[in-house]
Amino acid sequence: MYKIIEKQIFSEVTKLLSVYAPKIAKSCRPGQFVMIRIDEKGERIPLTIADFDPEKGTISLVFQEIGKSTQQLGALEQGEFIKDVAGPLGHPTHIFDSGTVILVGGGVGVAPIYPIAREFKKAGCNVIGIIGARNKELLFWEEKMSAACNSLYITTDDGSYVRKGFVTDVMKELIEEIGKENIALIMAIGPQPMMRACCNLSKGYEIRTLVSLNALMVDGTGMCGCCRVSVGGSTKFVCVDGPEFDGHQVDWLELYRRSTYFCDEEKSAKDIYNSEKGNHACGCGGIQ
Amino acid sequence: MTEKKKTGIKIIPSKNPMPLQDHKLRASNFDEVALGYDYETAVAEASRCLQCKNAPCSRGCPVEIDIPEFLRLAALGNFKAAISKIKEKNTLPGVCGRVCPQESQCEKDCTLGIKHQPVSIGRVERFCADFELADKEDKITNKLIPPSSGYKVAIVGSGPAGLTCAADLAKEGHRVTVFEALHVAGGVLMYGIPEFRLPKGIVEAEVKNVVDLGVEIELNSVVGRLVTIDQLLDEEGYNAVFIGTGAGLPYFMGIPGENLCGVYSANEFLTRTNLMKAYLFPQWDTPIKIGKRVVVLGGGNVAMDAARTALRLGAEESIIVYRRSEKELPARAEEVEHAYEEGVKFYYLTNPVKLLGDEDGIVSGMECLKYELGEPDATGRRSPIAVKGSEHIIEADTIVVAIGQGPNELVPMTTKGLETNKKGNIIADPETGATSRPGVFAGGDVVTGAATVILAMGAGKLGAKSIHEYLLNSKIDKPLGREGN
Ligand SMILES: Cc1cc2nc3c(=O)[nH]c(=O)nc-3n(C[C@H](O)[C@H](O)[C@H](O)COP(=O)(O)OP(=O)(O)OC[C@H]3O[C@@H](n4cnc5c(N)ncnc54)[C@H](O)[C@@H]3O)c2cc1C
Ligand SMILES: Cc1cc2nc3c(=O)[nH]c(=O)nc-3n(C[C@H](O)[C@H](O)[C@H](O)COP(=O)(O)OP(=O)(O)OC[C@H]3O[C@@H](n4cnc5c(N)ncnc54)[C@H](O)[C@@H]3O)c2cc1C
Ligand code: FES
Repeated sequence: MYKIIEKQIFSEVTKLLSVYAPKIAKSCRPGQFVMIRIDEKGERIPLTIADFDPEKGTISLVFQEIGKSTQQLGALEQGEFIKDVAGPLGHPTHIFDSGTVILVGGGVGVAPIYPIAREFKKAGCNVIGIIGARNKELLFWEEKMSAACNSLYITTDDGSYVRKGFVTDVMKELIEEIGKENIALIMAIGPQPMMRACCNLSKGYEIRTLVSLNALMVDGTGMCGCCRVSVGGSTKFVCVDGPEFDGHQVDWLELYRRSTYFCDEEKSAKDIYNSEKGNHACGCGGIQ
Repeated sequence: MTEKKKTGIKIIPSKNPMPLQDHKLRASNFDEVALGYDYETAVAEASRCLQCKNAPCSRGCPVEIDIPEFLRLAALGNFKAAISKIKEKNTLPGVCGRVCPQESQCEKDCTLGIKHQPVSIGRVERFCADFELADKEDKITNKLIPPSSGYKVAIVGSGPAGLTCAADLAKEGHRVTVFEALHVAGGVLMYGIPEFRLPKGIVEAEVKNVVDLGVEIELNSVVGRLVTIDQLLDEEGYNAVFIGTGAGLPYFMGIPGENLCGVYSANEFLTRTNLMKAYLFPQWDTPIKIGKRVVVLGGGNVAMDAARTALRLGAEESIIVYRRSEKELPARAEEVEHAYEEGVKFYYLTNPVKLLGDEDGIVSGMECLKYELGEPDATGRRSPIAVKGSEHIIEADTIVVAIGQGPNELVPMTTKGLETNKKGNIIADPETGATSRPGVFAGGDVVTGAATVILAMGAGKLGAKSIHEYLLNSKIDKPLGREGN
């Protein structure tokens, strides 16, 4: 059992749980993830380690409530427990002094990009951060990201905060401004369409671009192959070969199809969960 | 002949049949298929044993259970003594009684079997184990934990190899910690072999018996990521390590279309169902999606399990596609028979060259070739040769790839000086289980490639014996002090 030490609510659907897992906190590095199972009947879901404190023995998970498991997770309070947390899993991000790097976090992807930014800066890189969200409400960790980057840009889809537009708009301008030969690496973490858009853009400039893939997973240890994805024409297991891959090589359509294959089942699980809780599926808490 | 020497012993030529759940009913539930002997039948079956002095049966058992003696005790109705006898050598009798291939081991060399049917050793073993598990009042576990030796041993993986090694070392007084990557202990016994063949309650009870010996099991602990073997030895004070990480990496065929939706590895299909209980979705959270027509590729136990599971999940048709003929099926005869009875269909001498999908990327079938068997190859098996012009299409809504598993590379990749072979199996001395790295031993599927529960247990036993000797001979410091604590 893993105790929740702290809970933060970033928005109605975005939450942070800081969990006591001292061994993981000691051994993990940016880019890695954990598999959690909330209770006996729970599914195993992957969540990136968004931050970790070896001294306190805690790891932070930031997640968006999209289905039954993440909603149930979001309903847990400080002092309560998560049954299983296994990790750290996957390869850590390869961090080295590589000059200028652009790190792009979209939506909940800001969380995993944060420790990567921090480490790249520590390693001596010029870290340019771009974070984006649908609206101001959904944006979080602006301050943390500011501190972790040498410069930070922000976009919101609806223009409710700083600049209206997509992260790719800023990315394009920056590449033009700095020059593609001066950018060692781009990393993009966020929803699949956003990562794909970043890759489409950077491909034209031939800038190496890494993405962290969020394939469906069962075990997360390389045992089932559920997370397989085609990269450069060969099959990779995201959980053990990744989660980071060369975004220009990823078969995005296949990834999208595979990650939505259980949509109907997931939706029915969510509906049942919400009707049992007396909630409306809209998340209004049954008020409307 | 043995019969002559044993005049006075009545020969009963046939095995007592195993009562089974009706085959029509059982194909739609996950309850155990083989119901087990009752008391009288178990006594009767045990009484068939001729009590041969040379015990050929025991020599066929990879963990050398004193079979004639436990059968003698069982024939007297003294099942408590019988199970104690079994447990001297076997930590998981309820598991082995159910899933061991007895026909190619102990029962193969049974004297009765020369002219008649051998004693059904496995079924009696199962009865003894279940008898003890049912007897909650008076548990006969070996609770006598010996004084601490002062040594600490780490075991990686809680499959049959790791559990057996742990139990044997604990019985010698060593302090044993098992590190398991998943959220439950048991390895394939929990995630692979289906409930209807091996109820998970049995595995849990037998794992508990190991824990009762003083063994600690740390779940959710992926060695190589959370902690490395080097750290266990150099920083955490472990004096020796046994690696029993199994062969958990599913192989695919490497043909086009394998990443279509609706194509599962057998491991994914069975893990969703067994470990995550997808057949109880949505009460349990993990879903599984299954079409009307399920095709399973392969011919081993894993393929049989997947095909039978598919029926229970509601498939209208479940078909095994195997590239050799019925004779070459590597699965146990009993499993094949059960699959036939339940309505699984078999397409022999057929193999896909390409999986086909619809416009949404969901699998719809496969393009196959017919095969003929050629001359026997080096392993004595006749290898299949494609028939020219035999291309045809088999439709399928779900395809399960069950063509084998290999070792996960995480542990070798993160351990200094640990040698593996071309297939990625850890190289271990067959006499001792010792690897290329001093103090590190290995056994089970990770060394041999996918094999059997009892061979893994045999390797666990050997590893425990060698580790015990290694600790006593290698005057290393005892981290827990002379008396231990
Ligand atoms: C390595 C890795 C790291 C991750 N890190 C984070 C993280 O830090 N924070 C976070 O919020 N999420 C993260 N995710 C995604 C997270 O695991 C899923 O959101 C979660 O499993 C959803 O569970 P659920 O039961 O709430 O939703 P479900 O009911 O399972 O899903 C709801 C809907 O979302 C779709 N969906 C589910 N999972 C995915 C996915 N992975 N990709 C695309 N669509 C999907 C489903 O098809 C369905 O339509 C990560 C995924 C991976 C593989
Ligand atoms: C579907 C199926 C049906 C089968 N049916 C039969 C049968 O009827 N009869 C029979 O005799 N055999 C059968 N087998 C084979 C048998 O189950 C295996 O040979 C046996 O389980 C091997 O035991 P093991 O201890 O070597 O490994 P496993 O049982 O594979 O256990 C290995 C354990 O190590 C853990 N692990 C792996 N890597 C790490 C790590 N880095 N850190 C921590 N833990 C780790 C795994 O999670 C797992 O729990 C079957 C196998 C399958 C898949
Ligand atoms: S999630 Fe099972 S292999 Fe990656």
